[in-house]
Amino acid sequence: MSGGSAAGLSTHLPALQIAVPLLSAALCMVLRRSRAAWVLAMAVAWSSFASACVILATVRRHGVISYAEGGWAPPLGIELRVDLLNALVLLVVTAICAIVLTASPRSLDQEVWPEHHSKIYSLYLLCMTGLAGMTVTGDAFNVFVFLEIASISSYALISQGTTRRALTSAIQYLVMGTIGGTFILLGIGMIYMVTGTLNMADMAARLAAVGPNRTVLVGLALIGVGTAIKLALFPLHIWLPNAYTYAPAIVTAFIAATGTKVAYYVLVRFTFSIFGAPLAFDELRLDAVLMPLAVAAMFAGSTVAIFQRDIKRMLAYSSVAQIGYMVLGLSFVSVTGLTGGLVHLFNHAVMKSCLFLVMAAVLLRTGSVRIEAMAGLGRRMPWTMAAFVVAGLSMIGVPLTVGFVSKWYLVLAALEAGLWPVAVLILLSSLLAILYIWRVVEVAYFEEPAADAPEVVEAPISLLGPIWVLAGATLVFGVFTSLSAGTAAAAARQLLGVGP
Amino acid sequence: MSVELAVGLAVLWPLAGAALVAAARRSPNLREAASLVTAVSLFTVVAGVILPAVLVGGRPRLELVEVLPGLGLAFEVEPLGMLFALVASGLWIVTTIYSIGYMRGHHEENQTRFYICFALAIAGAMGVAFAANVFTLFVFYEAITLTTYPLVTHHGTEAAKRAGRLYLGILMGTSIAFLLLALVWTWLAAGTTEFRPGGILAGRVGGWHLVVLLALYAFGTGKAALMPFHRWLPAAMVAPTPVSALLHAVAVVKAGVFTVLKVIVYVFGIDLLAATDASRWLTWVAAFTIIAASVVALGKDNLKARLAYSTVSQLGYIVLGGALATSAGVLGSGMHIAMHAMGKITLFFCAGAIMVAAHKTEISEMDGLGRRMPFTFGAFLLGSLSVIGLPPMGGSWSKWYLMLATAEAGQLAMMAVLMASSLLAIGYLMPVVARAFFVPPPAGDGHGHNPGEGIHEAPFLCVLPPVLTAIGCLVLFVLADDIYRLLMGVVAP
Repeated sequence: MSGGSAAGLSTHLPALQIAVPLLSAALCMVLRRSRAAWVLAMAVAWSSFASACVILATVRRHGVISYAEGGWAPPLGIELRVDLLNALVLLVVTAICAIVLTASPRSLDQEVWPEHHSKIYSLYLLCMTGLAGMTVTGDAFNVFVFLEIASISSYALISQGTTRRALTSAIQYLVMGTIGGTFILLGIGMIYMVTGTLNMADMAARLAAVGPNRTVLVGLALIGVGTAIKLALFPLHIWLPNAYTYAPAIVTAFIAATGTKVAYYVLVRFTFSIFGAPLAFDELRLDAVLMPLAVAAMFAGSTVAIFQRDIKRMLAYSSVAQIGYMVLGLSFVSVTGLTGGLVHLFNHAVMKSCLFLVMAAVLLRTGSVRIEAMAGLGRRMPWTMAAFVVAGLSMIGVPLTVGFVSKWYLVLAALEAGLWPVAVLILLSSLLAILYIWRVVEVAYFEEPAADAPEVVEAPISLLGPIWVLAGATLVFGVFTSLSAGTAAAAARQLLGVGP
Repeated sequence: MSVELAVGLAVLWPLAGAALVAAARRSPNLREAASLVTAVSLFTVVAGVILPAVLVGGRPRLELVEVLPGLGLAFEVEPLGMLFALVASGLWIVTTIYSIGYMRGHHEENQTRFYICFALAIAGAMGVAFAANVFTLFVFYEAITLTTYPLVTHHGTEAAKRAGRLYLGILMGTSIAFLLLALVWTWLAAGTTEFRPGGILAGRVGGWHLVVLLALYAFGTGKAALMPFHRWLPAAMVAPTPVSALLHAVAVVKAGVFTVLKVIVYVFGIDLLAATDASRWLTWVAAFTIIAASVVALGKDNLKARLAYSTVSQLGYIVLGGALATSAGVLGSGMHIAMHAMGKITLFFCAGAIMVAAHKTEISEMDGLGRRMPFTFGAFLLGSLSVIGLPPMGGSWSKWYLMLATAEAGQLAMMAVLMASSLLAIGYLMPVVARAFFVPPPAGDGHGHNPGEGIHEAPFLCVLPPVLTAIGCLVLFVLADDIYRLLMGVVAP
């Protein structure tokens, strides 16, 4: 009885992941008081995280959770469906949401007018709703709906940046994002034409029966392009650097670690679960498109990053490169490769949000995130910069950090597939990471601050705490990998239909 | 104390020492005492607990954590690692004494950071020495690079920053681009990265793949300073002299050649290499490094730079011994790790003592200094003889076995290389001693000011260590048989 009721409760959790942030977003608008809205958002975000933990644990123990919205049984009703793959993504998204939100008040005080704070928290929760919704839903059209919720709220969040460039960046993202969304919608429409259903599992079954035809392939291609835009896959990444650079620091930390990750999830879900690997990679040869683009992203992103003087922008370009790693993992179409892609989703979320929060702390204390402002910070903000070094080493792929785990799987997948030039390219692109990370380290530790530089003290504990939770996570999950790599590997086996 | 526990402790102990040093940062005396106590106790554990177990054929093993399925952090002590750990921990004691004299005599800043990073680097060296598989070795190899970076850039000057760039760029660049690839490849081919007697690759990798994999290991281990990836070592000489002495003549570079040797013996297996001839090219690269670095050393006037190139050359010996793929070669290489360490650390200690006492770094300025600093230059002479390989110094034994190995492998050209290198070593080391003792000091400038005046021996703590290690070179000549018996466990398990 007790076991039954526990399982019963956890089957409702996916629905709560959407409903609670959505309602609370409205409540935040009503609250108006900055701190009150923050407390509410915190409560929502941390309970979402707790429920994501329960969901993952349940899925690992009992298998897929299926929830029929409104009690209408799928495929007629809308289904929420959580397996290992989206349970992992949900965990990452909610964890980053909660941690970044914890760090946000001081940083927002500096960057955003207090009367806008409740709106920001409201948008933040709305964005969370969209991201969680995309992740848990088992309905293809719902993916589009939640995608738009997440996107529109993130355009609004980005436009809250202090400079006017934030507005143009938001518009740029809006245009690109809408094009991407439209592609996805068209693609879903085409599959609907063929299958007459919107339920993902149902779609998959009917597509397998229909076999490859032109409508299906065009649908897949449209979804591929659409998600590639949302994912910022090179060369469709142009919205990303501006958006990340000009958004408020907290917003950047949040969006960088969640938005592109969920877009990656959507790509994986559509290609592996709905279309199936044979259709996507044998018929359409999606891998032949994705692999070169992924490699190009790794090099282009990292190379451009090396020359940035704005460190937020540098990290944004580094994200373009890291997205390349994730897509590369997918394009191997093997259990090891997909494990590498998924584990990098987890790992990159952890280390990049850490780096962006460091930028929030630096911005708070020095008023700038340009490289000149970093001079002497090694002494003045020792804990903040130490976190930068830890997360930076992880970007390089030093062992016992999460970055190494990702790199291990990716190189292994490349060698398994006999693609040794790709393995070499993965490692060479890591060397570029040494360059762009160490540039900052050198300035922070060896250069004296300019004579007119403001007096700088260590970041407040409200920022330093979350930063070090994330920096600690880069080390902990670099050693104990059963949560990240273990779940990713199991999910990859599920997606490719390989026995455990 | 169980031996397994002692192995784990040996790696953790220096970390605890680093914490102690950090805690005692307000009081320099307490801080240095903490360093010294850590070093002495570490050596006691290594020599008193682990060594006896290994000598009777034990292979104490400690599993720590499985990072990825089948890929775990684990320690297992075998004779080569035992020897390396003994050398590193033993010389750490002497270097700590020396550091106290040098860092105070030279009025260096940031001494706490210095002692902390030093201890961390030793922890890394212990980890490398005891690693049970290539993965663990790789982890600690990278740890050494990162913990020694602040030591190389200790002075924070533009030159130090540039040197740090080269240091990190080459060491980390080669290890990520080549060594990591080799590691993944090995894992994929053999299903394990464990070091096993006889190797793990036989029957799994063959033909030219073996050559490529060996190249990835040899060049991926930038710390072995094989040309053309040797430039970081001379660059690292901007560091304070104790760093050059212990790290860039012993712990760091020996970690490099130790890695190469260990991989050759326990991953490839010398039988596999001998049968396939996959390592013949490596003997030529090593030979080139030996000769070229010696020639460069001849032309260096800066004493530390000359010693650095001499180290590059001597590291080539160890790689050569491994690449010959004979048991005498492995013995000679293993022995050379210890012999060269003792000799070269003596030379660096002396260079530092000269710098502290006379503020001289260029060899051409050292005319006549020998009479004012007899102990320092006496130690320098003994150290030089050992590096050259003349009896009755320890260095003669390792060279003997390496010569034997070239004959065994039928590579007489390599024997010629070794002999030529000894002659070159005489050429670049003896003039230092000769100038100091036999060339009269430069005359005064005619204004009653004598440039050599007022120079006398460096502080006691700076002179004692080189004298001790110079005597150590003599002692090693006698102890060679014990080292031989320890290392026999590698080739005849």
